[in-house]
Amino acid sequence: MSEQIAHLRTVLLEQIHTDAVQDIQLAGLQPALYIHPDYLVAVCRFLRDDPAFYVDFLSDIAAVDYFPEPYFEVVYQLASIPHQTQITLKVRCENDRSSTELPELPSVCSIWRTAEWHEREAYDLMGIFFTDHPDLRRILMPDDWEGFPLRKDYEDPATYHDIPVKE
Amino acid sequence: MSRYNEALARYQEKIDSIASQEMVINMGPQHPSTHGVLRLELITDGEIVKEVIPHLGYLHRCFDKHAESMSFGKTIPFTDRLDYLSSMNNSHAFVMGVERMLGLDQSIPKRVEYIRVLVCELNRIASHLIAIGTYGIDIGAFTPFMWCFRDREHIMGMLEWASGSRMLYNYIWIGGLFYDLPVGFEERCREFVDYFKPKLQELDEILTNNQIFIARTANIGILPADVAINYGCSGPMLRGSGIKWDLRRVDGYSVYPELEFDIPVGEGKMGQKGDCWDRYKVRVDEVRESVRIIEQCLDRLMMDFKRMPDFDPRALLPKKVNLKAQDYYVRAENPKGELGFYFVTQERSDIPRRLKARGPSFNNLSVLPALGKDVLIADLIAILGSIDIVLGEVDR
Repeated sequence: MSEQIAHLRTVLLEQIHTDAVQDIQLAGLQPALYIHPDYLVAVCRFLRDDPAFYVDFLSDIAAVDYFPEPYFEVVYQLASIPHQTQITLKVRCENDRSSTELPELPSVCSIWRTAEWHEREAYDLMGIFFTDHPDLRRILMPDDWEGFPLRKDYEDPATYHDIPVKE
Repeated sequence: MSRYNEALARYQEKIDSIASQEMVINMGPQHPSTHGVLRLELITDGEIVKEVIPHLGYLHRCFDKHAESMSFGKTIPFTDRLDYLSSMNNSHAFVMGVERMLGLDQSIPKRVEYIRVLVCELNRIASHLIAIGTYGIDIGAFTPFMWCFRDREHIMGMLEWASGSRMLYNYIWIGGLFYDLPVGFEERCREFVDYFKPKLQELDEILTNNQIFIARTANIGILPADVAINYGCSGPMLRGSGIKWDLRRVDGYSVYPELEFDIPVGEGKMGQKGDCWDRYKVRVDEVRESVRIIEQCLDRLMMDFKRMPDFDPRALLPKKVNLKAQDYYVRAENPKGELGFYFVTQERSDIPRRLKARGPSFNNLSVLPALGKDVLIADLIAILGSIDIVLGEVDR
């Protein structure tokens, strides 16, 4: 598993850009690559189209809040159906958690359509803004909800449409 | 903040400015054919659906947020409530992930693993019976629904006997089981299998090969394989489109590599490959395969891994789950497709920093706007039923 991910790193550095891979995580059960946000779409497109990887299945996009550190991580779980392999990509986005500036990432909807709902969920609950997303509305929470509930520094509102939220 | 609200404004603009011959219809959230509290906003032109806009979240119970506030063992009952029709499969997937992070997964006794697979497959049959039965009723066939629920009740009774609860079991625990199977369970289970096999034959006669049913489902909602993969569809949705992709075989977790079963795929027998009938047929065939797995499990449980008086399924239960800071994505084959849990753990803590559930229904449903373009309203019901969603998992 870790040799595969190291090999993938060399390939990406050669094929995409020398800055495309920021870091590599080899420890743990699931090695992962840290991708530079600017090259995320190029890396994903390469992984999907290259016959040696053929990563055609996006399993999951999970946003992780590393409060009190000033950054978020978005984790892409990819799988290849013909090769029966799994790849994990991580993207780190710095953000100071101000209410006016959300952390921003490019959307991968143009590569895997399933990302559409996953990214909407990440936006809805964690407040990650995906640029070039076709329809980035809230998905689980009501459209007029304030704040992003899965953030660690989130506080429940006292009322929602005059309905008390807390007892 | 205006940039962040652009999409919402665009959506409202679209609803407000529909053409004069078009009409917006809300299907749900209280509608028997949406299988729960799903609201579909349809833009229709007469009987033709021009666009489907799903609205989710009516059953959102903050699974991710809850899981961040309690230890792994306490989260198991919450996983039961994700896809409440297949609780065993959910907790099996979750428990597998925690065990792998603990490094316990190789030392689980075989008897425990076989019991897990046995109850999971029983639960898979129960889940598919609901899918088949309610699909029949969506199309207008009432009798198969009653038959399926009658047979499902036997499974519910058996699982209640084992776990003490009818639908939300909390039976599979980290490192073992709640209890060993009750005495006589294996014999009762074999009785059920013998009773159930001819019933599947009857189901085929009344529904699968029913001309009215075929007319309503064949060539409806055709989902090509590449579209299915691109939309992240898994389980019977993906297999209905002809892709042989079953995580029980691909990942070979638990004792599935030791068991014999086939992976049914859609063949386009009644119409084009990947239509509603194919998805339905895959489920019916999967029930047969599950029965085969159950028979093999029972053989092993009664011969090789017999009940012993000193066998304790709780022997390996960790007193406290103490993990390193790491992250892991576990996936398993739920009746509806790939169920995944993504764990991000903290150093020396049994409370995860982040736990994300990837529900198969959520992803399978996301293909509906693509399938529901330019179809009849009645066909939309057939398409939605063939996706087999459980809102508990869509909304989490």
